Amino acid sequence: MTPRESLLAQAAQRILITDGAFGTEIQNWKLTEADYAGSLGLAKDQKGNNDILALTKPEVPESIHRAYFTAGADIAETNTFSANRISQADYAAEHLVREINLESARMARRVADEFAAQDGRPRFVAGAIGPTNKTLSLSPDVNDPGFREIDWDFLVDVYQEQAAALVEGGADFILVETVFDTLNCKAAIMAVKRLERDLAREVPLMLSMTLTDLSGRNLSGHTVEAFWCAVRHARPVTVGLNCSFGATQLRPHVRALAQLADTLIMVYPNAGLPNELGEYDEMPDTTAALVREWAEAGQVNVLGGCCGSTPAHIAAIAKASATLPPRALPTPERVTRLAGLEPFVMAA
Amino acid sequence: MTEANQSPARPTGSSFVNVGERTNVTGSAAFKKLILAGDYARAVEVARQQVENGAQIIDVNMDEGLLDAVHAMTTFLKLIAAEPDIARVPVMIDSSKWEVIEAGLKCVSGKPIVNSISMKEGEDAFLHHARLCMEYGAAVVVMAFDEKGQADTKARKVEICERAYNLLLGIGFPPEDVIFDPNVFAVATGIEEHDRYALDFIEAMREIKARCPHVHISGGLSNLSFSFRGNEIVRRAMHSVFLYHAIPAGMDMAIVNAGQLDIYDQIDPVLREACEDVVLCRRPSVEGEQTSTERLIDLAESYKGQDKVAEKAAEEWRGWDVVRRLEHALVKGIDAHIVADTEEARLIHARPIEVIEGPLMAGMNTVGDLFGAGKMFLPQVVKSARVMKKAVAHLIPYIEAAKEAGARPKGKIVMATVKGDVHDIGKNIVGVVLQCNGYEVIDLGVMVPWSTILETAKKEDADIIGLSGLITPSLDEMVTVAEEMQRAEFSIPLLIGGATTSKVHTALRIEPAYDGPVIHVLDASRAVGVASQLLSDTQRDPFVIATAKEYQHIRDVRSGKDPSVLLSLTDARANSFKPDLSEKAPPPEQPGIHVFPEWDLADLVECFDWTPFFRAWELAGTYPAILSDHVVGESAQSLYKDAQAMLDRIVSEKWLTARGVVGFWPCARDMENGGDDVDLYLAEEERHVRLPFLRQQIRKSKTRANFCLADFIDPDGDWIGGFAVGIHGIEPHLERFRAEHDDYNDILLKALADRFAEAFAERLHSHVRTTLWAYAPGEQLTNEALIREQYHGIRPAPGYPACPDHSLKPILFELLNATENAGIVLTESQAMLPTAAVSGFYFAHPESQYFGVARIGRDQVEDYAPRRGLPLNEVERWLRPNLD
Repeated sequence: MTPRESLLAQAAQRILITDGAFGTEIQNWKLTEADYAGSLGLAKDQKGNNDILALTKPEVPESIHRAYFTAGADIAETNTFSANRISQADYAAEHLVREINLESARMARRVADEFAAQDGRPRFVAGAIGPTNKTLSLSPDVNDPGFREIDWDFLVDVYQEQAAALVEGGADFILVETVFDTLNCKAAIMAVKRLERDLAREVPLMLSMTLTDLSGRNLSGHTVEAFWCAVRHARPVTVGLNCSFGATQLRPHVRALAQLADTLIMVYPNAGLPNELGEYDEMPDTTAALVREWAEAGQVNVLGGCCGSTPAHIAAIAKASATLPPRALPTPERVTRLAGLEPFVMAA
Repeated sequence: MTEANQSPARPTGSSFVNVGERTNVTGSAAFKKLILAGDYARAVEVARQQVENGAQIIDVNMDEGLLDAVHAMTTFLKLIAAEPDIARVPVMIDSSKWEVIEAGLKCVSGKPIVNSISMKEGEDAFLHHARLCMEYGAAVVVMAFDEKGQADTKARKVEICERAYNLLLGIGFPPEDVIFDPNVFAVATGIEEHDRYALDFIEAMREIKARCPHVHISGGLSNLSFSFRGNEIVRRAMHSVFLYHAIPAGMDMAIVNAGQLDIYDQIDPVLREACEDVVLCRRPSVEGEQTSTERLIDLAESYKGQDKVAEKAAEEWRGWDVVRRLEHALVKGIDAHIVADTEEARLIHARPIEVIEGPLMAGMNTVGDLFGAGKMFLPQVVKSARVMKKAVAHLIPYIEAAKEAGARPKGKIVMATVKGDVHDIGKNIVGVVLQCNGYEVIDLGVMVPWSTILETAKKEDADIIGLSGLITPSLDEMVTVAEEMQRAEFSIPLLIGGATTSKVHTALRIEPAYDGPVIHVLDASRAVGVASQLLSDTQRDPFVIATAKEYQHIRDVRSGKDPSVLLSLTDARANSFKPDLSEKAPPPEQPGIHVFPEWDLADLVECFDWTPFFRAWELAGTYPAILSDHVVGESAQSLYKDAQAMLDRIVSEKWLTARGVVGFWPCARDMENGGDDVDLYLAEEERHVRLPFLRQQIRKSKTRANFCLADFIDPDGDWIGGFAVGIHGIEPHLERFRAEHDDYNDILLKALADRFAEAFAERLHSHVRTTLWAYAPGEQLTNEALIREQYHGIRPAPGYPACPDHSLKPILFELLNATENAGIVLTESQAMLPTAAVSGFYFAHPESQYFGVARIGRDQVEDYAPRRGLPLNEVERWLRPNLD
C-alpha cells in the first residue's frame, strides 16, 4: 500500500490522531545557547532555532516524538517548521537546510517504525513545511502595494529543496501547514508536483490553513471555501486548519470545510487562546471536549494540537475521540469551483 | 427604512456568468490608454468599478504591441491582489502568449481561469500547457483551434472540441474545469460564407455539451457585430439577440460589458427581428430581394431613438397641496408622481428627514391602520410600500449629504431565506409589511448561510432575526441557525415563518435549541403584532412567557402521544394497496424523453388555478367567488386586474420561457426488498435505476390500505413517467423592479411565475394522458375539472406528502437530464432553480391516488436508507418532518 492508501484505510476505521506542539515541549528542556549551537560553528546565535536541534541535540525532538506516540498519536510531524532557506538565513544556517530536514525525517521515521513494530498499528510521518516568513501575495511596503519581497520561482525552489530532503529522510507526506498566504501554499504544491516528477512517484500532500481573523479568512484574505477551491488541484490526502485560535473560534470554519472537501479533514487547533502572559493555559480536558464536538458532528478525520498543546492534551483528545466514528467523505456535485478571495461556483 | 442588501445572498451557481471585459486592453480603449501611460492607480479603479457593477469574473488582458505584456500583467495582478473589493472575484488571465499567462499564474492566489490554450501548435504544446494549468490550479478556456486553423463550421467546432476534450481527460484534467470557446465570428459582413457563423456557434454548443459532459462554453461577443463598428445601438441589439438564443443552447459565460447589453424584450421589435434574421440566418436569400444583411444595414442607418411617451394628464387630486398629495399617493399606491411630489415637499421642509417623519410616515400610518383594521389588504399595502420606497430613495442622498441620522426606526430586523432555499415571496411580503410599520428591515435575500445572518445581526445590532423557508430541508437549517445563535450567545428573538414551518415544528425542534424567544409567525398580517410586542418594554415579557408556555404545552402533548399508533413496517406492507392490475395503463405511445424548449405561454394562462395565487397574497377565498367576496372582493379584483395586465405583457413580450421535459421508462415493482421499490430499466444505457418509496405506517381503519406509490406499479412489468418544468427569464424583470423599488410588481411577477409553473405541470400532464402516453386519448376536461383532478393518474412530486423524500429529485433529474433539458438546477437542499418550477413522477394506473405518507417509524427509515443508498443520518435529515 502507498502511504495515501494506508492512511485512507486507517482513517476509514477511526479518527486518527496527529501530534501536538514542539515549541512548548522544547521550552521544558531549558536549553542554553550552547545546547542549540553544538559544534556547528555558525556565525549567528542559535538559541530559538528549534529545527537545528536535529543536528545539535537530537535527543530533544526524539523524546518529544516518543511522548506524542505514547500519548496515542498516529502521525508525527517533523520538527522542521522553519527548516527552509528563507527562515534559516536568520540563523546563518541556510547551507544546513537539507541536513536538518533529512535528519529530522529520519528521526521521526525511526521512532514511528519502532512504535508500529510494537503494536502493529501503522504510524505515519508528515514532513512539515511552514509558510516561511515571506509572502507572495502581500506587499511589506504600505506605500507600494505592488511590491513583493520574493517571487514565485524562488519560493518554489525553497520549498522543493526542503520537501526533497524530507521525503528522502522517510516522510510519508508533505504537510504544508499554517498557510497564511494561499499563494505561498500554491507554490508549495508546485514544488511537490515537481518533486513527484523527479522521483517518478506520488508524494501526497497534507494542507493546513491558518485563520487570522474570526470571520474565517487567512492573511491573504481567503475564506476556507475559497482556499479549498484554490488548492483542490493538489488532491491533498488531508486538508484542514491549524493554529489560528482555539477550538471554539475554529468551529464554524471546520464545519464549512467538512461539508465541502472530498478528502480527509485534519484539524489541530491551539490549546485555547493565550492568556495575558502569552501562555496557553487551556487544560487538556477542555481542549479535548471542544474538539470532541467536531468528532461528534462527524466533521473530522484527524485531530491533534498546535501551539500550547502537550502530550497530555493529545492523550486527552485521543481518549475523547476514540469511540467516535470518523467523518464520512462527502461526494460533492461536479461543479466548476473558481475562487478569488471568495469561492465562485458554476454549475456544471 | 433601509435598502435591502442583496449582494451576500445572490446564488453563485447555475446562472449565466458575465466576465468583465473592461480590464482588457484589446476590448477597452480607455483601459489601454491608462496602461500605456503607466497609470495603474486608475486602471485599478476600472477593475473595482467592474466588480461593483456585477462582473462575476474579471478578464485581464495586456496583449498590446507597445506593452511589455509580462510586466503589465504581473504588475496589474499584484496591485488588484491588494484590493479586497476586487480580489474577491476570480481572475481570467487572458493572453495569446503562454509566457504572459504563466507569469500571471504566478501572481494569482485563488483559482483563476486561463484564457486560452489550444491545439494551434499541435497536441504536445497543448497538453504541456494544460498540465501546467493543472499544477497551477487553474480552469482553462480552450479555443476551437487546431493545426489547420480556427474552427468555423459547426462540424469543425464540434470535432476540435471533442478531440481536445478527450486529450484533456487523458491527462486527468477535470472536465468541469474546461471551458470551450468555439469562436464567435463576425456576421453580416456581406460575404455569404459568413452568414451561418452565429448559427453554427449556437448549434455547435448543443452538440459539444452532449459529447463533452461537464464542460462550459464561453465566447467573446464583440467579434459578432464587427461589421457595425460605430453603430452602438445595432451592436448592442445584436449581442443581446445572440445571447438570448445562445444561453438556452448552452452558453455559460461571455466576455462582455454587462452595462452595454439591452434587455431583449426592450429592443425595438423591428430591429430585433432584423438582428434575429441575421444572427439565426433565418431567411434564405432570394434572387432580386434584399438579403437579411442588407436589410439590417438599411435599418441601422435609419434607426433613431423615439421620444418617450408623455406622462398622463394630471387628475383632480393633483391640484391638492403637496402633503395631502403624498398621503393620497401612499394610501392609493400611486407612484406616478411620487418623486416630483417628494421633491416639492423637501423644498418646503427645513430638513429632508422631516418629509419622512412628517407626511410620509403619516401616510404610512394611515396605511398601517387600515391594514390592521382589515380595511386594506396585502396587495394594496405592498403597492403603498413601493411608493414609500421610491420617496425615501429620493430623499436619502439629501439626508446623507446633511449627515443626519435617519428616522429612528421602531426596531431593526434581519431577515433571510435560509441556506439551500430560494423561495422568498412570503419573506418579501413580511419585509414590506414591517417596513410599512416603521421597522428597519435588513433583507439578506435567499440562500443565506447562518454565519452571514449572525454576523449581520451582530454588526447591525439587530433587535430581531426572522427566518423564512418553503421546502422541508429548510426546517433543519433553521434549527442550525437557532443552535448557532445559542452558541454565539445571542438573546434577541428569532421569528420563524414560511410555508412548511409550523407552530409544532417550532415548538418541538427550534425553540429547544435556543434560549432566547422563538416565535412562529403564521403569516404576514401577524408579523407586526409579534414584532411590536417583542420590542415593547411592557408587553415583551408576558408575550414571551405565554408563547414559551404554549410551546411547552405542545411538547408535553406530543411526548404524551401513544407511539403505538404506528404499525410496524412489516404490518404496514401486509396492508398494502392492491389495485386491479389488469386495469393498468398500456405502454406509452411515445416512450423516451420529450423536451419542450418553449411552451406557448398563452396556452398556459388558460390552465391557471387562481385560488393559490390569491392565497399567496393572503386573500382567503376560492376563485372566482373571491372576486365578489364582500370583504376582500374589491382588493381581489384590483389585484386580479393588475395580474391580467402583467400577464398580457408577459405573454406578448415573452418575458418568460416555459421549458419542460417528460420521460417514460419501463419498470416493475421490485418485490425483493419489501415491495416498496420501483425498478426502472433504461434500455439504451443497459442499466437499472431504483426508485425507493415510503409507505404509510399510521394505523388505518379496516377498509383503508397503508399506501405506498410502489403499490400502483405492476411487479410483472409496467411503465412510469417523470417530468420537470421551469419558468425561465424572470431575473432581468425582477432586477428592473428592484431598481425601481417596486416590491409590488416584484412579488406579483414571482407569484405569476409560480402559477405558470403549476399550469405548465397540469397542462403537460394532460398532454401526457392524451398524446404522449395516450392512455386517455379521448379525455376532454374543462380547466375546473383539471383543477379538481377529475382524471386518471397522478403526478406526485418528491418532497410532497406522497413522496416526502426530497432527495429523490437528483435521481429524477438525472433520468430526465432535467438540468440540460429544462434548465433547472438543484440547490444543496434540493430546491429547484429557477424558483418557479415543478417536477414529479407520473403514475397512470386508474386507481392511483394522492395520499400523505405522514409519520413513519424508525424501522422504515432503517429499511429505507440502504434502499435509497444513503447513510442513515442523511436519510434522517431528509425525512425529519416525517419522524417527529
